Amino acid sequence: MKYIDDTVVMKRMKSRLTYNKIWKAVFLLATSLALLTLVILLVRIVSQGTGYLNLDFFNNFGSRFPEKAGVKAALIGSIYLMLIIAPVSMFLGVGTAIYLEEYAKKNKFTNFIQMNISNLAGVPSIVFGLLGLTIFVRMLFLGKSLLAAGFTMSLLILPVIIVASQEAIRSVPKEQREASYGMGATKWQTITRVVLPAAIPGILTGTILALSRAVGETAPLVVLGIPVILQFLPDGLLSQFTTLPMQIYDWAKRPQEEFQFVASAGIIVLMILLVIMNSIAIFIRNKFQKRY
Amino acid sequence: MALGGLGREQSVQELIAKSREKKGKKFIEKLMPIILVITALISVLTTIGIVFTLIFETFEFFQRVSITDYLFGKEWLPFSGSEPLYGVLPLILGTLKVSVIAACVAVPLGIAAAIYLSEYASDRTRRTIKPILEVLAGVPTIVYGFFALTFVTPILQELMPSLKIFNALSPGIVVGIMILPMIASLSEDAMSSVPNSIREGALALGATKLEVSIKVVLPAALSGIIASVVLAVSRAIGETMIVSLAGGATPTFDFNVTGSIQTMTAYIVQVSSGDAGYGTTIYYSIYAVGFTLFIFTLIMNLLAQYISKRFREEY
Amino acid sequence: MVDLMNKTNNKETVNIKTPSPSMGPSIQAADKNSVFNTKNFNLWYGDHHALKDINLDIKENDVTAIIGPSGCGKSTYIKALNRMVELVPIVKTNGEINYRGRNILDASYEVEELRTRVGMVFQKPNPFPKSIYDNIAYGPRIHGIKNKKILDEIVEKSLRGAAIWDEVKDRLNQNAYGLSGGQQQRICIARCLAIEPDVILMDEPTSALDPISTLKVEELVQELKDNYSIIIVTHNMQQAARISDKTAFFLNGEVVEFDHTDKIFSTPKDQRTEDYISGRFG
Repeated sequence: MKYIDDTVVMKRMKSRLTYNKIWKAVFLLATSLALLTLVILLVRIVSQGTGYLNLDFFNNFGSRFPEKAGVKAALIGSIYLMLIIAPVSMFLGVGTAIYLEEYAKKNKFTNFIQMNISNLAGVPSIVFGLLGLTIFVRMLFLGKSLLAAGFTMSLLILPVIIVASQEAIRSVPKEQREASYGMGATKWQTITRVVLPAAIPGILTGTILALSRAVGETAPLVVLGIPVILQFLPDGLLSQFTTLPMQIYDWAKRPQEEFQFVASAGIIVLMILLVIMNSIAIFIRNKFQKRY
Repeated sequence: MALGGLGREQSVQELIAKSREKKGKKFIEKLMPIILVITALISVLTTIGIVFTLIFETFEFFQRVSITDYLFGKEWLPFSGSEPLYGVLPLILGTLKVSVIAACVAVPLGIAAAIYLSEYASDRTRRTIKPILEVLAGVPTIVYGFFALTFVTPILQELMPSLKIFNALSPGIVVGIMILPMIASLSEDAMSSVPNSIREGALALGATKLEVSIKVVLPAALSGIIASVVLAVSRAIGETMIVSLAGGATPTFDFNVTGSIQTMTAYIVQVSSGDAGYGTTIYYSIYAVGFTLFIFTLIMNLLAQYISKRFREEY
Repeated sequence: MVDLMNKTNNKETVNIKTPSPSMGPSIQAADKNSVFNTKNFNLWYGDHHALKDINLDIKENDVTAIIGPSGCGKSTYIKALNRMVELVPIVKTNGEINYRGRNILDASYEVEELRTRVGMVFQKPNPFPKSIYDNIAYGPRIHGIKNKKILDEIVEKSLRGAAIWDEVKDRLNQNAYGLSGGQQQRICIARCLAIEPDVILMDEPTSALDPISTLKVEELVQELKDNYSIIIVTHNMQQAARISDKTAFFLNGEVVEFDHTDKIFSTPKDQRTEDYISGRFG
């Protein structure tokens, strides 16, 4: 006795196929909507901001008057901050990755460290600001300085660098290590002469991407007490400073309508900085992709 | 083999033996693991630092404000000079409003995009769209905040005249857009790792692509998808700049999304931008709120990890 | 190859005479020094008893082949000879492996020193993603040789020793990955030669290569045996028969038989050896 009635199947076929077509369009629409928002955002920022991008903009400091406002202090501050974050976070992050991948035995302690790193990655950035305020600004008497902010932000992006470096190190085939050990190389020699050279492109890419996240961060710096208006350039590790996102935040908050355009101009500068950094990362990734 | 290179006849083995006698190499070999362990411990120290900082300073706060007042109070008025009130519920509600709206935006759009990318899109399309999604994820939140305040809010006000300039709807939507790539990307990863053999089995029975996607692939990847949603909501909860700029600074205990609100994160920003002196109750209140925030996100992150591990399909 | 009619039942022992000390390569097998004398060696991967009571005396300047079916322990054994098995944390051993009289398993024997004397060529060619020059110079450099002139000399002599100098002499600065599989394997052999080892271990060195490259490597082995002792693990019985002086047949982690190659392949003493060689199992 047949349970499957062919006529019923045929009747349903048409509606199922139509359903299929409709939903495919819906899914495509959803995807496009997300992409569309990005386009709208970019177009809006660019159209509002380009008018204000001129040489003065780069030469001026923040000001109460929109015509006189500029990103000089903020841009330099962001770059200086990056110059501190980069070595600190790389040293800690790559060091941790080398330890986890090459030295640590697979035991509970190692698992604990790994889990801890994953959890740190999910902590809101503002909480890192609170940590930095208590430990670096107050306890270590660093004040609202480049150094305090640098340490705080380094800890913030540390998990990203660790994970990226671990992946890069892991992707070096074990046959390479075997060849090195087979010739009587020690562990550290194998790491520095074979593993790290092969893993550097991945490590660099991950680090640059992590740095570009740090560049765009505002919340932790607000908690640390970093000022938004600064009329001078930072002159040392313990000096006060401000950053691009902080400057943009200040402009965005102001009621005068002209400041909206100024903020847009600041955003364009920030975006250009990010594009440069990400392009370098992508360039490195593409150029040094090894095929084993 | 003998080497005439420098006019001396010395075998390679002899040179090696000489060099092995140098002590320096052995010292470095022993030293490096120690240095590396210390760097690894920094990450552990960071967590300990965060927990201790929060607990310590929150403890100071609870010397001045009772825990029941904090946890169950419905008014958050720290700046009212004579009788400040520290009931945290309005802040939690503010955060919740934004996060729920964000989820309503991000979850359907994100999963739909993931289905499209994983099941329908050609290889080339996927390779073009995925990086663009990554760009969306990389936009600094201050930019999103500015966008919410100056573009989204005015448009929403056209559609809903009763909408105030500071509200929960606008930042909610924009936070949703911000976390959308996270859901899309992680869900797409989860769906892509469903083996093709399962899809082929269903197609061979005459199923349409839609039926395969919804009835076969989605359930198989469900744990990964749910984990991605939980993670994204956790991110939304911790989001600061968008809600600071577009949400306002009015903690209210209601479910109204058209008026000004204040989230936990926005409060911390408000106090930090101001002149709260060290040692005042207001100063310690940001740690108490920060601690509350930390607990929320920690629970969600652990939940996501648990879901991911416990319900992972073994292929 | 195997003469079923002439199978003898009385067992002859192998390696009865104690080798007399001699300084150079000698023709008489009995006069040759022992290079690797393994005594009662056992190895476990966790709970799996991979090598059972191995007793094997390998002579210098011999090409000794190790044959046997998959999983019989031949790769494990050869990796024990230069202590590469130690890279796997769950490995446990007992017994002795004496390299020129000293037990390499002794805690006081530094493994890096052992590996400068006992080199290894792997199954899949694994040159470093560096220039050909840097590949060959890697060994000398890690052992402290920095002088460029000396390195140049070592690189040339090693590449000549591996019969590949003429093919690469004009492109020493190019990446080793640009070479074919067979060339890469010879680069790996040259890299191994650069630190002047005493023994060369080869773990199925031609199984990933095409027949022509395989032939070149086999010719190389014949040339090298005058100056080195070579122990080669191979899946390919015909290869063992072609190039080796002595052959050891491993089965299930044990040495079933060890004798001169022509005897193993014509008149094996053990039934299992005969079955393997005649293809009854593999």
